[in-house]
Amino acid sequence: MNPARAAFGLFLGFLIAAPFALPEFYVTLMNYIGLAALVTLGLVLLTGVAGLMSFGQQAFVGIGAYATGVLTTVYAISPWLSLPAGLALTGLAALGIGAITVRLSGHYLPISTIAWGIALYFVFGNLEILGRYNGLQGVPPITVAGWTVDSGRDSYVLIWIATLAALVAARNLLDSRSGRAVRALRFRGTMAESFGVNTARLKLVVFLYAALLAALSGWLYAHFLRFVSPGPFNVNAGIEYLFMAVVGGASSVWGAVVGASVLTMLKEWLKDILPALFEQSGNYEVIVFGVLMVALLHRTSAGLMPAFARLVPASRQASRPGDAAPLARRERPRAGEPLLDVRAAHKQFGGLVAVSHLSFDMKTGEILGLIGPNGAGKSTMFNLITGVLAADDGEILFRGERIDRLLARDIARRGIGRTFQHVNLVGAMSVLENVAIGAHLRGRHGTVASILRLDRAEEARLRAEAARQVERVGLGEHLLDAAGSLPLGQQRLVEIARALAADPVLLLLDEPAAGLRYREKQSLAALLRGLRAEGISILLVEHDMDFVMGLVDRLVVMDFGEKLAAGLPQEIQRNPAVIEAYLGGIE
Amino acid sequence: MTPEIVAWLAQDGITNGAIYALLALALLLVFTVTRVIFVPQGEFIAYAALSLALMESGRVPGTIYILLAGGALAAAMEVASAVRQHALARLPRILALYVVLPAAVAGAVWWAVPRNLAQWAQVLLVLAMVVPLGPIMYRVAYQPLASASVLVLFIVSMAVHYVMMGLSLVFFGGEGLRSRPFSDGQFQLGVLNVSAQSLWVVAASLVLIAALWFLFERSIYGKALRATAVNRVGARLVGIPANLMGQLSFLLAAFIGAVSGILISPITTLYYDTGFIIGLKGFVGAILGGMVSYPLAALGALTVGLLESFASFWASAYKESIVFTLIIPVLVWLSLRSRHVEEEEQE
Repeated sequence: MNPARAAFGLFLGFLIAAPFALPEFYVTLMNYIGLAALVTLGLVLLTGVAGLMSFGQQAFVGIGAYATGVLTTVYAISPWLSLPAGLALTGLAALGIGAITVRLSGHYLPISTIAWGIALYFVFGNLEILGRYNGLQGVPPITVAGWTVDSGRDSYVLIWIATLAALVAARNLLDSRSGRAVRALRFRGTMAESFGVNTARLKLVVFLYAALLAALSGWLYAHFLRFVSPGPFNVNAGIEYLFMAVVGGASSVWGAVVGASVLTMLKEWLKDILPALFEQSGNYEVIVFGVLMVALLHRTSAGLMPAFARLVPASRQASRPGDAAPLARRERPRAGEPLLDVRAAHKQFGGLVAVSHLSFDMKTGEILGLIGPNGAGKSTMFNLITGVLAADDGEILFRGERIDRLLARDIARRGIGRTFQHVNLVGAMSVLENVAIGAHLRGRHGTVASILRLDRAEEARLRAEAARQVERVGLGEHLLDAAGSLPLGQQRLVEIARALAADPVLLLLDEPAAGLRYREKQSLAALLRGLRAEGISILLVEHDMDFVMGLVDRLVVMDFGEKLAAGLPQEIQRNPAVIEAYLGGIE
Repeated sequence: MTPEIVAWLAQDGITNGAIYALLALALLLVFTVTRVIFVPQGEFIAYAALSLALMESGRVPGTIYILLAGGALAAAMEVASAVRQHALARLPRILALYVVLPAAVAGAVWWAVPRNLAQWAQVLLVLAMVVPLGPIMYRVAYQPLASASVLVLFIVSMAVHYVMMGLSLVFFGGEGLRSRPFSDGQFQLGVLNVSAQSLWVVAASLVLIAALWFLFERSIYGKALRATAVNRVGARLVGIPANLMGQLSFLLAAFIGAVSGILISPITTLYYDTGFIIGLKGFVGAILGGMVSYPLAALGALTVGLLESFASFWASAYKESIVFTLIIPVLVWLSLRSRHVEEEEQE
């Protein structure tokens, strides 16, 4: 039995024993911890994993609680019907708010979450039907097949079943095709888009998931307390949930339980101890909370969970994928067919012309080198072709179809795979998982399927494909290592493997040989020749002239955004203009 | 609704809007220079207003204890870093700034309270107590994290807000306070009775905005602040000390916050936690201005003030809800305008 499983078993044992062994007061405390952990778990995914910060989760808890409160007291509807009603209402609200805010950059989301939190709080406190600031009394208990959940110990069972289910669902989600994309959202949005991930939609999905968890917590809360009032849904509650996520550490779903436990117990303890210390009434725990928060952030922003995780010796969670049926490959053009046609592409940043009406074309089965001094506009050209940047003027055709107005993810869908000049990997994920992001478009199961583990057959094929590509670039022994732990040269190889996992027709490589040793460069050249023999065309930006000259079929030379020359390697090496601008400069 | 009521609501809205405009400028200043979303701005409003009200009623405001303790904490951190860097020559300056100066202010307040000085003297003392809290706050809470992401800095801001609000309750108590108006005059302007205090608020805001403009356009510190706002790394490379700029922006923000608090405390009853909501309305103003342009932010803040004033006439209970949902259409507009490519954080 591995240690992680043992720790989980211990935790489960404690949860089962707790209602029998603990006095009522502590069972109630555990209920509050479970309710908070549900909300915090949503925040861990939203903030810690996907990088979207919300101070407004308490508003969703409030919607869930008030929905069931009104429906069960005013309309006498069963709690089992008010739950889906509350979830649907929260879902609608979250979709509305999320559609507006998640696309905005960093700080707008947290600010708007505070704003809607305040707005909803005053709505709760002023609506007649919600009982204004007095709240709703007499919310009925939940009944399950004749069993009435009306004591703290009964509620405990319901609350912790829900919390555990949510934890397992979150873990399943993160370990899947969608989960890998979610984990790339925070720092690697552009990369994810380049491999076909609709990041805006995915952010909305995570936002929705977090909101629904909060609403579930609100439903449980209303029926556990049998009373709903606006107090627990003010802005401070939202801040506390976020503190829980930060304290627990956003790196693991279990951080939600750790954070909720530590802060709930601390709050209870401070409420006991502080007034005695200061002999005066006041909101002292708020002060201590804030100070602890700042101190924790000064020390580490990773929270307490990594420290807990160190207590449990690491176990290789992921295993090498076994054999699985290979994924379907796309039909590819025949050698010699026109592939890429860039016609007078133009891109300007303010007054700086990065690419100036540049034209070139490529045929299937070719390796075309794009060279030029630093700042010549090579990487900008890459970004224009892959849709990361929009061209100001000109046309780009891929297999006869205009692609210069398409989004990056739609261009990826057509069979263009790329690497990035600045390595664009998710450092905390394994090499295997990083490469599997490349195969994103070759799978189709979404978030719900992965939460329910209906995606396992496809997942095995995706992982097997990723493992094949990792082997192919020669990194088989690093398959399960964190991508961030590899030296830079090997990280570039991971980038190539990821692009290959997309089953590309055209491969765009941005300085793949930088940081590689002589031997590694030789095997890279051999790999690229092998790919060409398979019919994959390659557009290559590279500064190592020996590497380029021995490999490419043709060259395009850029300088100050313009095409300086084009032709066979031997011609380029003798071209006086090129020697003047570029090659001669090396001497 | 009669024209008198419209005029009266407009006056109210413009008065509040002027305050929100000041706050919006301060928030924008802090954000562009340090990337800190300055939530505790509201606390400076409350601290200044409540301190003034307490002094007027002949009590020593607890602000001096916060000042002394905060100064001591900042001094300890500065001394620790000076010792680590073997730069003991800095010690006298550290002690003068963070220990002697706060102690002198505290002493002056202590001396002044029973003597019931003129109002302008009390206002000066309040500024001397509250404004230094800005740079101290930067030194203690933000400077160690100056290079952290916007989001981490935001959490710090919320935590600092928490602490400041808790302290506010401890030292000022839960009851609302109001200070004496600067003058009781009323002017007849057509159908409208304009109170002198409103004119004070608007005039002081305009003077402050003009002063800020002058600072940014004409002084070397203002230019350094702008340079830091445009490009932090570049500013550091040409020798602009980033930490000093951070403290300077916090000093200005604290000053603006304190002045706002002093200006509105005769008009509105303030509680220990009112500052937060007022500060947030400044925020809404800044967001309406897109968080980039000072004139737009001021205009946005004025809009917030007017909207709030008219909302309180029609649906007073939902006043706050209406003001805070106002940012939603603006966010829609911003979101439609922005292409998804955004600056990504570093891992």
